[in-house]
Amino acid sequence: MDAILSLAADNLLSPIILSFVLGLAAAYARSDLSVPEAVAKGLSLYLLFAIGFKGGASVAAHGIDQTLILSLVAGLVLSFSIPVVAFGLLRVMSGLDTVDAAAVAAHYGSISIVTFVAGSSVLTSAGLEGEGYMVAVAAVMEAPAILSALWLIARSGARRAMDGELMREVMLNGSIVLLVGAFLIGWITGADGLAQIESFIVAPFLGVLCLFLLDMGLVAGRGLRQSARLLTPGLLLFGVVMPLIGSLAGLAAGMLIGLSAGGVSLFMILAASASYIAVPAAMRVALPEANPSIYLTLSLGVTFPFNLTLGIPIYLAIARIATGG
Amino acid sequence: MQTHKAKRVEIIIEAVMEKRLTDALEGAGVTGFTVLPVRGGSGRSGAWSRAGQVSRAGGMSCVVSLIRPEKLDPLLEAAFKVVERHIGVVSVTDCDVLRAERF
Repeated sequence: MDAILSLAADNLLSPIILSFVLGLAAAYARSDLSVPEAVAKGLSLYLLFAIGFKGGASVAAHGIDQTLILSLVAGLVLSFSIPVVAFGLLRVMSGLDTVDAAAVAAHYGSISIVTFVAGSSVLTSAGLEGEGYMVAVAAVMEAPAILSALWLIARSGARRAMDGELMREVMLNGSIVLLVGAFLIGWITGADGLAQIESFIVAPFLGVLCLFLLDMGLVAGRGLRQSARLLTPGLLLFGVVMPLIGSLAGLAAGMLIGLSAGGVSLFMILAASASYIAVPAAMRVALPEANPSIYLTLSLGVTFPFNLTLGIPIYLAIARIATGG
Repeated sequence: MQTHKAKRVEIIIEAVMEKRLTDALEGAGVTGFTVLPVRGGSGRSGAWSRAGQVSRAGGMSCVVSLIRPEKLDPLLEAAFKVVERHIGVVSVTDCDVLRAERF
């Protein structure tokens, strides 16, 4: 318990969390502080490229084994199955109708790459390193949850087709292409490639992440300010309980595969996180009747801050205890 | 200056549906349109702003097309199939254009 509290305190006072809190506070105070859209896009491109490249370089350094395949399969299974659990919980805890519950559930089966990036940096600060291929696991966990949500809707009789164009948009969305592409470049070029661009993708990484999280804080704060009234106590509770349940599923997967403490932590973080980029776009196309204020506010305004501040230290501490790492 | 009667169709639609809409317009034989960014607004679904969007899911686009009056119905039928279930506004206004052969 002391370890968790100590890690949580360190995490809460880190520059990345305080930057997020600054954004959140500025939004609540109705400050006109904003990160221009193009800058925010540039920051996210940088972070995706850096995290992908470093993951690929790590795989090149350590090699691959069957745990890579098992992790990818486990990621797929988790992404398909977590929405089913989330859907059931939502129906019990929140009273949302089928469409809204399925849309929210899809977000929780998919992942938040920013939470993954923030978690990776906390791991590094704690002296841990996850398996480099967890970047690829993150990529495969983006889309399956959307199919699960549509299946949940279909069960209720309101069939929603996942057309080919939507599938292509989800599978080839810019974040996934850049993340996987950078991972492959890092894998191919290895340590030499990393050495060539290290000054660009390693040293400035935390500073860029701070700015990006400042923007995320602004977005989350404005979303909460506008839509907090939609969040019933049941929904709020779901936004905190569901990531904990997801993290336990990630813990089980990581332990069964035999990942390191860092790898198990990252699996927990991925399974606990909720999407707010790829899935909302897919839901607007496939389930326009679902209320975006509910799923975006819950994912970005409740679960993301929870994971960022308390969740990540908790997952990291549990993974350490479970693996003895 | 000689002017000609035309229709100006303005469709404000969710950004994620923009490509589907322009594809539908082209399928209906409407090859001339302009896509404009939209900064923000408010409506039945609440207020929104282009600033502070983490994804295209919350953004909107505006597609404007100037067409001959006889092309209006095919355009609206094609557009309706795309926008029917989505947030947005479709409006039609009368206008005058120069160089009728371009529409």
